[in-house]
Amino acid sequence: MMSTPLIDAQTFAELQANAGDDFVAELVDTFAAEAPQMLAELRASHTGGAADAFRRAAHSLKSNSSTFGATRLAELARTLELGGLPPDAGPLDALADELARSVEALRQRARGGAGG
Amino acid sequence: MAERGARLLVADDNKVNRLLLGRTLQLQGHQVESADNGRVALEMLKRGGFDLLLLDLEMPELDGFALLELIAADPALREVPVIVTSSLEGVAHVARCIELGAEDYLHKPVNPVLLKARVGSSLEKKRLRDQQKALVERFATSAVAQDVAASGFALGGKRVTATVMFTDIRGFTTLVEQQGPEETIELLNTWYTLMFDAIGGQGGVVNQMIGDGLMAIFGAPMPLPEAAGGAPLAAVRAALDMQELVTLFNAERTAAGQAPIAIGIGIATGDVIAGYTGTQQRATYTCVGDTVNLAARLEGHTKLAGRTVLLDAATQAALGGRVGTAALGAVALKGKQQTVEVFALG
Repeated sequence: MMSTPLIDAQTFAELQANAGDDFVAELVDTFAAEAPQMLAELRASHTGGAADAFRRAAHSLKSNSSTFGATRLAELARTLELGGLPPDAGPLDALADELARSVEALRQRARGGAGG
Repeated sequence: MAERGARLLVADDNKVNRLLLGRTLQLQGHQVESADNGRVALEMLKRGGFDLLLLDLEMPELDGFALLELIAADPALREVPVIVTSSLEGVAHVARCIELGAEDYLHKPVNPVLLKARVGSSLEKKRLRDQQKALVERFATSAVAQDVAASGFALGGKRVTATVMFTDIRGFTTLVEQQGPEETIELLNTWYTLMFDAIGGQGGVVNQMIGDGLMAIFGAPMPLPEAAGGAPLAAVRAALDMQELVTLFNAERTAAGQAPIAIGIGIATGDVIAGYTGTQQRATYTCVGDTVNLAARLEGHTKLAGRTVLLDAATQAALGGRVGTAALGAVALKGKQQTVEVFALG
């Protein structure tokens, strides 16, 4: 897993080339603002045993992280989407950590740095 | 509606996806509006004016599958093509979407180049369908429109008895040489308008426009009421109306210092193979067979005969004396091995 880059540089660069740097910077901010809600839904549905809502929230996270080339986050979210409700909250905590790291790295890249 | 500048609706509950897809499509020259769930998308579609829907599957309120079902069940909404964009994995979802009527399926993250190609292709297909629909509406009477609505665009023909009419403007080439292109197009448009009115007014269907000429069918796809004289009388009445309209039109032309036009009309009645020909994307209602050829030959013969309207024996006999005709005797028409009894109107 750690051999996978945090952010796939090519995917992110292509996104910038297609949609424009400024737009992508705004889009990263949008993701940063929306992601905590998705995470909260993931935790709530896990606690409540709502498998379908859990799958949908994981699906949204996977979809968005793939868009930005946040490869590791996308893989974690995909595992949750396809694997169903995990027995404990461990994978969710790991996902939350990965999300925080990914958002930070995306922001750096969006500002012209080489985050991730 | 060109590929550029189409009006698109993006339905996606995920804000990042919605914004990015909207941005990509705008950069490709389209107008984009968005909906954050299926219910909102449905309301917007019902208000009309969209050329294409880009649909996410996982949505609250009404998901993509349910929206596809509602669209499929509504004839007005069905005309808007749908491209599904989803990151749901597995071919089963793709298959289900296509079965529900989606035109295409793109996996997220959506590749902009692929998106452009698919959107362009869907819009082009819609353009062809719109054109086909416009053809039916413009080139056919409500009878054809109803027939199409009832039985669909089933390509294929059947043998029916109908009356076929050909008409064109005589000496059109000389006219074209004497006047400018705008004048020529205006003349054609006016002439077509008059002919369509006369033919449609008697229940005929104009199914071909060829330069300065056209072909019309009476009695197919829907039979014309026998009590009113059926297809032959309807065609002859249309021919009389056409002559009258051309006389009025010529009075206007003469007043404007333009040369009057003359027309020729050939009418024949008999068996034809009638049906929708073309492709599934674009079809037209047409007739083929000896009767069609005969009508075309009669029209071609009007100049030589010095008459405006020529009829075959079957049409003349069906009139039952309700309209005056003159027998011109047996005529050897081009392409016919045997001579044909020809009648002139009036």
